[in-house]
Amino acid sequence: MKVSKLLMATALTAVTTAGATTASADELTLCWAAWDPANALVELSKDFESQSGIKMNFEFVPWPNFADRMLNELNSGGKLCDLLIGDSQWIGGAAENGNYVKLNDFFAQEGISMDDFIPATVTGYAEWPKGTPNYWALPAYADVVGWTYRKDWFERPELQTEFKEKYGYDLGIPSSLEHLKDIAEFFQGREIDGNTVYGAAIYTERGSEGITMGVTNALYNYGFEYQNPNKPYDLEGYVNSPGAVAGLEFYKELYDVGAPPGSSNWYMSEDIDAYKSGQVALQMNFAFIWPGVNADPNVGGDHTGYFANPPGPAGQFAQLGGQGISVVANTDNMEGALAYIKWFAQGDVQARWTDMGGASAMRSVVEAPGFADAQPFNQAFLDSMAIVKDFWAEPSYASLLLPMQGRVHEYVIAGQGTAQEALDGLVQDWIEVFEDEGLR
Amino acid sequence: MSGTPIDRLARATPPSLARRVRGLSDRAIAWLFVGPSIVLLLAVNIFPLIWTINLSFTNFKANRLRDVEYIGLRNYQRILTDSGTWESMQATAHFLFWTIFFQVLIGFALAYLINKKFKGNNLWTTIIVLPMMLSPAVVGNFWTFLYQPQIGLFNYVVEFFSGVDASSFSMIGSTHLAPWAIVIVDTWMWTPFVMLICLAGLRSIPDSIYEAAECDRASKWRQFWTLTVPMVLPFLMLAVLFRGIENFKMFDLVVQLTGGGPGSLTTLTSIDLKREAFEKWRTGYASAYAVILFVTVFGLASIYVKALNKVKER
Amino acid sequence: MSGFSVTEPSNRQKWIAAVLVILYALITIAPLLWIIATGFKSPEDAIAYPPKVLFEPSLEGYVNLFTTRTRITEGMQQTLPPPATWYQQIARDSGTMIAGPSRYGQRFLNSVVIGFGSTFLSIFFGTLAAYAFSRFRVPIKDDLLFFILSTRMMPPIAVAIPIFLMFRQLGLNDTQLGMILLYTAVNLSLAVWLLKGFIDEIPLEYEEAALIDGYTRFQAFYKVVLPQAATGIASTAIFCLIFAWNEYAFAVLLTSGTAQTAPPFIPTIIGVGGQDWPAVAAGATLFLIPVMIFTILLRKHLLRGITFGAVRK
Repeated sequence: MKVSKLLMATALTAVTTAGATTASADELTLCWAAWDPANALVELSKDFESQSGIKMNFEFVPWPNFADRMLNELNSGGKLCDLLIGDSQWIGGAAENGNYVKLNDFFAQEGISMDDFIPATVTGYAEWPKGTPNYWALPAYADVVGWTYRKDWFERPELQTEFKEKYGYDLGIPSSLEHLKDIAEFFQGREIDGNTVYGAAIYTERGSEGITMGVTNALYNYGFEYQNPNKPYDLEGYVNSPGAVAGLEFYKELYDVGAPPGSSNWYMSEDIDAYKSGQVALQMNFAFIWPGVNADPNVGGDHTGYFANPPGPAGQFAQLGGQGISVVANTDNMEGALAYIKWFAQGDVQARWTDMGGASAMRSVVEAPGFADAQPFNQAFLDSMAIVKDFWAEPSYASLLLPMQGRVHEYVIAGQGTAQEALDGLVQDWIEVFEDEGLR
Repeated sequence: MSGTPIDRLARATPPSLARRVRGLSDRAIAWLFVGPSIVLLLAVNIFPLIWTINLSFTNFKANRLRDVEYIGLRNYQRILTDSGTWESMQATAHFLFWTIFFQVLIGFALAYLINKKFKGNNLWTTIIVLPMMLSPAVVGNFWTFLYQPQIGLFNYVVEFFSGVDASSFSMIGSTHLAPWAIVIVDTWMWTPFVMLICLAGLRSIPDSIYEAAECDRASKWRQFWTLTVPMVLPFLMLAVLFRGIENFKMFDLVVQLTGGGPGSLTTLTSIDLKREAFEKWRTGYASAYAVILFVTVFGLASIYVKALNKVKER
Repeated sequence: MSGFSVTEPSNRQKWIAAVLVILYALITIAPLLWIIATGFKSPEDAIAYPPKVLFEPSLEGYVNLFTTRTRITEGMQQTLPPPATWYQQIARDSGTMIAGPSRYGQRFLNSVVIGFGSTFLSIFFGTLAAYAFSRFRVPIKDDLLFFILSTRMMPPIAVAIPIFLMFRQLGLNDTQLGMILLYTAVNLSLAVWLLKGFIDEIPLEYEEAALIDGYTRFQAFYKVVLPQAATGIASTAIFCLIFAWNEYAFAVLLTSGTAQTAPPFIPTIIGVGGQDWPAVAAGATLFLIPVMIFTILLRKHLLRGITFGAVRK
């Protein structure tokens, strides 16, 4: 009867350990995505730990599961996180559902001013409703979609000659999305140093938010609008305008002529892997990867250049990434959590944050003389941050994101239907969501 | 001295209580024994089911703090007229049909071969059985690695045998291949299940029947179709029932493999339901969806069980 | 009938059967062997093209599985002390330094606690219920038994909606206790059905003899029936354990950090930039091997377990 003894023993342990894992008052748990900047934050936070005596715990979740896990945690009333560096689009829901603590009074009391941060990040990461001075987060990590390219390949004379002959202009940083596609097509399937390489690694992921974060960079620049600027939640003719259709068609063409075969479900990490292993000439990705690319032994340094998302017929925009840091309303250690934010908002901490591999959104850091030249990618970062646009940040953000993921993936990757049909369908999906919310 | 938990529990019971327990009538013991299980099942299954049915008539969203309104049958109407629902039903039907088809075919063939009782058949049976006992999520996740173009073992093996360039196709990325990619992994995992049941069926056939057939000079082929197949059929149908119910519920393996993509091609009903319930947080809508799925699986299973009983009676 | 039987397959048939079955077995085991092998590859070998069958074994996957690491930047290089242990050395060789333990151990422990805890409870309640169903005239017995079985037909995601709300109300979300109770309830149907089958097979005469000897019903149950059913109980327990061990849908929805089990965790193991396949494979190997061993132990009762006792063999 050894088995039952074992069972008995473990059952007893189970009962005694269950519920014994509540955090003590001098500990804080910070939740974020598992990526390089998070490791930098662990290092940076050691300073806070020694100053305050509060022990920091971290819960980092990989990107593809991040939204799922964290929104589930918030909605289930969990107590895992005291501080959450949550994605920019969650703010509407988290604010309206009471998941985040409103920080206005705290900011006023501690003399933290939102004017000290890049305006786009304040709107994107901290405000809800957008455009009003109601703050639910402190801008923590400035991020935006941009491009890296293989400078060393672009500079090869034989490729330059061939490119010029074929397309009639010089091979270099593309001056428009159309040119970017030419370059991707040019490199697609080409032999370079004995390896077959491809054009551009772009976002195509289905499961979370990948393809949406990618396709918007084309949509915005071809004339897509989320809604009538004069009449909120009026979508017809904006989401599916002729420009938007052209933008979606552009993205599909880019995928068809310039993306590596089999890259049908790629997001940040797949794009990085493809670029670092020398498979692609161009890479779409959030700027957070740039320090890592620059330091890479194979593609770093002079091998790589950086540029902001090129303009299209309707203007130049780039998809906003990045996050603000919020206090979770459910925390047992409100004081400690606020102390962390106070510490984090200091100018010198923010400067160190950028040095260590973070990306401060504080103006004193990014507008400092010499910042633009301090790193080879800083200018591209500043250019990109100046043209950002974000996805819906409504409380029903996930309900808006999911149909977009489905419709766009179906057209771009699966090749079903037309761009017009995809966007018309999206308008219907979104109208339904807004009707459910009582907003239309 | 026996050391079962019950034994120790009995020894630890205070004498007064023990006396009372000992004196209990059979009927009281019956209820005492069945009671806890029923209570637990009521609490974790029936109560939630009633709650789900109730929620299915509301516009409740579990992540929102707002008043809940009863909206009648609106959720049901919307689900049944939504093209996405039917697409996921179609994906599920494709998945169900082909997984069962291949598993029955291969499973029966394997059982038939193993029943030839060659030396060492027990060892090989155990090896074949291994995949079905493993965690589908963990295994499914690893199959994404096996399916990768270029570096994946699966693509490489295909290239080795057919000459098709391993980097030229992506099992989970292509619209033509993805629905088959999930069928392949499920078949790999669950063929042994059908095989085991068929094997039990084959072994239940007494030798004397074949001996009699032999005396009647029935050919082997005829024996197979008139004796073996009908005798195994009830077992086979049972296997199909189990696989049908399990694959109708399928979530973990496919979610890890394809995440429902490309597009919505492998978005099975469970995945669709999960998106509605735990990503869009349309709790009321998702509850109605859950009720529809439950009625579907329960209805189909009941009809099927009736058919199964008829076959058994024959 | 000396030496010849019409039902005994010929040697040739046996040969063909053996070759085909062994071929299938080798194909089916290949992905599992590949998981185990990948765990011992270096990250470069794991993603080599063409896939490497022969490789130099490396423990980097296992080191990465149990640790979190940060990339060593140029500035740090000078100030670092030399690696003190073999695993620090492995991390250093790949340009990283160990920052601390990973969550894998904790997730694995959660799996153990929740798995064994729920198995114990479902066997405890399941044995009692199964005995009653087997030996007594319980009113509406067939309906109750069918009801117990039908609870297994619901898609887990459908059940998870109200469970999520209920757990939220009771504060059971992301707790081991909540998961133990949930898995107990899910496993009960299997336990009752299987155990009833095992107890049905124990001849009534033993108990009758005991009752005549002056035992009460209760004594007869635990002194006579339980020991007889021990093998059945043990194999039922293993089935319950395997279910709880492998479960994913409830775990991914109802746990986030504290009580998360290994199945939702393993697919999210990533290294410094990109999915770390050797570490994933290492984690999967450690997680799958106990079940492989159980499966081999369970050989005889396997069929019964997977068919809810419908096929007994």
